[in-house]
Amino acid sequence: MQAVVVENLKKNYGKIKAVKGISFNVKKGEIFGLIGPNGVGKTTVLRVLATIIKKSDGKAKIFGYEVGKDDEAIRKIISYLPEEAGAYKNMRGIDYLKFMSNFFQKSDVDKAIEIANLGERIYDKIESYSKGMTRRLLVARALMAMPKLAILDEPTSGLDVVNANEIRNIIKEYAAMGTTFLISSHNMLEVEYLCHRIALMNNGIIVEEGEPEKLMEKYDAKNIEEVFLKVIK
Amino acid sequence: MRLAALIFKEVRELLTPATILPAIFMMLIFAGMGNMIGGMEKKAMQKPNVEIISYDNGSYANFYVNVLEKYCEEGKKNIATIIIPQNFSYSIEKGGAAEIKIKWFLEGTGISSSPSISNLRHAITMANKELASKILEEKNMNSSLIFSPVHYTEKSVIKNKEINAPPEKIISFFSSQSMSVPIVIMIMIVTSGGIVISSMGMEKENKTLETLLTLPIKRSHIVTGKIVGASVVGVVIASLYMLGLRYYISSFGIGEKIEGFNLSGIDYALLSISLFLSLLAGLSLCIVIGSFARNYKSAQVLSLPVSILAIVPMFLLMFQDFFSMDLPLKILIFIIPFSHPMMAPSLLLLKEYSWIIYGIAYTALFSSICILIATWIFKTDLLITGRIRK
Repeated sequence: MQAVVVENLKKNYGKIKAVKGISFNVKKGEIFGLIGPNGVGKTTVLRVLATIIKKSDGKAKIFGYEVGKDDEAIRKIISYLPEEAGAYKNMRGIDYLKFMSNFFQKSDVDKAIEIANLGERIYDKIESYSKGMTRRLLVARALMAMPKLAILDEPTSGLDVVNANEIRNIIKEYAAMGTTFLISSHNMLEVEYLCHRIALMNNGIIVEEGEPEKLMEKYDAKNIEEVFLKVIK
Repeated sequence: MRLAALIFKEVRELLTPATILPAIFMMLIFAGMGNMIGGMEKKAMQKPNVEIISYDNGSYANFYVNVLEKYCEEGKKNIATIIIPQNFSYSIEKGGAAEIKIKWFLEGTGISSSPSISNLRHAITMANKELASKILEEKNMNSSLIFSPVHYTEKSVIKNKEINAPPEKIISFFSSQSMSVPIVIMIMIVTSGGIVISSMGMEKENKTLETLLTLPIKRSHIVTGKIVGASVVGVVIASLYMLGLRYYISSFGIGEKIEGFNLSGIDYALLSISLFLSLLAGLSLCIVIGSFARNYKSAQVLSLPVSILAIVPMFLLMFQDFFSMDLPLKILIFIIPFSHPMMAPSLLLLKEYSWIIYGIAYTALFSSICILIATWIFKTDLLITGRIRK
């Protein structure tokens, strides 16, 4: 069964065509990356699939549920981490995780505390956290409910090398346990390491799609960055 | 469980020292002002401290001094010296008016000095009146008949209801309702409304809204959570204001109870329904308005129209009752949902139930429409992209 099926998805903001008709599939347990520079429509695609904005045209299904029709059912099996997400500043880290656990049938607060890896600081107010600490807390929140599909927009944004690496390993660990990941990133080296398959986006369309190794081979490139530059030439 | 968690989150985010401390501060200011006014009233009940110097031992002068001493007393700090000259009694005996001299000693120019001054003037008026009675009685004339040749009994009729009380007493009684209730309701609407709009602005500024919208909860629950959370905080804050305000208003000593005007259990239930629906209308309207807030700052600006809608009926109803208003003003007051609980106490005391029911029906309709719009907005792109169109 395909985890995500997207067919000719379009999204307009008034006269601006942010997404011009894209199609892709994500297999169950796969880490799929939407790759491209800022402003090409990656976040818009993720927001449509996360059911927080409406598509203008096309079709999208998540584990058989149709986006736009079965949104309430979709929200029960997905978890979304926005790029610039924040947390409630007056809450302590631990209280934030407990608060979020109220909304899911299965959620493991202890596992979330382990993922957040904030030590004793988990008992401090979120307003005292650094950007990196907040991001780790939010990643923990996104994964604690063991979602069938985790949609992560720039998951390592704002994290230092060590923390970013930890988060990538956690994503791989959860993917091995069966969670499907749809992530976006403009860090092409990161996705090369992390993703099973990627779609390169430019100007609201997918310009290339495939496994990172095969794409590098196809374009005779040393890395995905080089592939992207050759594709958009 | 999920809704309770949402409400708890809202209360926790909104009930911060930044929202509570100003309310406590205002409560203390009102209480302090009430205490000051209460102190002035107490002062007004006291005999003024006056020094009386009499150079006349005649019977009229002695009588006059005795009466003054009944209403005044000599203290360490006298507000005036009254000098009764040698020819005081002689002038009266000759059929002329006597003359006294008053030298005032002002402690300051503040309003707190005026009760003692008024009390001394009252003492002089009483002394003059009693002296006049004495003179008349010496001439075998009935002084009480001369001073008060006509006695009267009075009744007031309001809304076809006959009340055994003078109109001033009725107006004072209704004023006590029309002063305190609209102020407290205005504070509740402005505070809770501001809180809801700010909460929307904060969700956007702190980037928590996107996460909230992807949680497996109904959009209507998010709206309800915000409304109930803000109501709880609004009621807490309004209660603090009310404590101070109650003390402040009671210091005026107005609103003495009148037989025939009282609220029954049903009246209190209707008042509570009117208040609840008005708060609901205000908060759901604020969620609709708050959806347009981009951040906390813009939320502050957006709360202004709601504040105006609460302040306008408060002022109008403080000075005029609904029935004596012109038709355009009546329509304006009726369509503002916050007016209804403001005028409810007066309407209930007058047993004008039809207007209470119309008001409740209107605010219920207004709230329902606003909640439907708010829930619809939460289902559109507006909160995230600022646009409704696909």
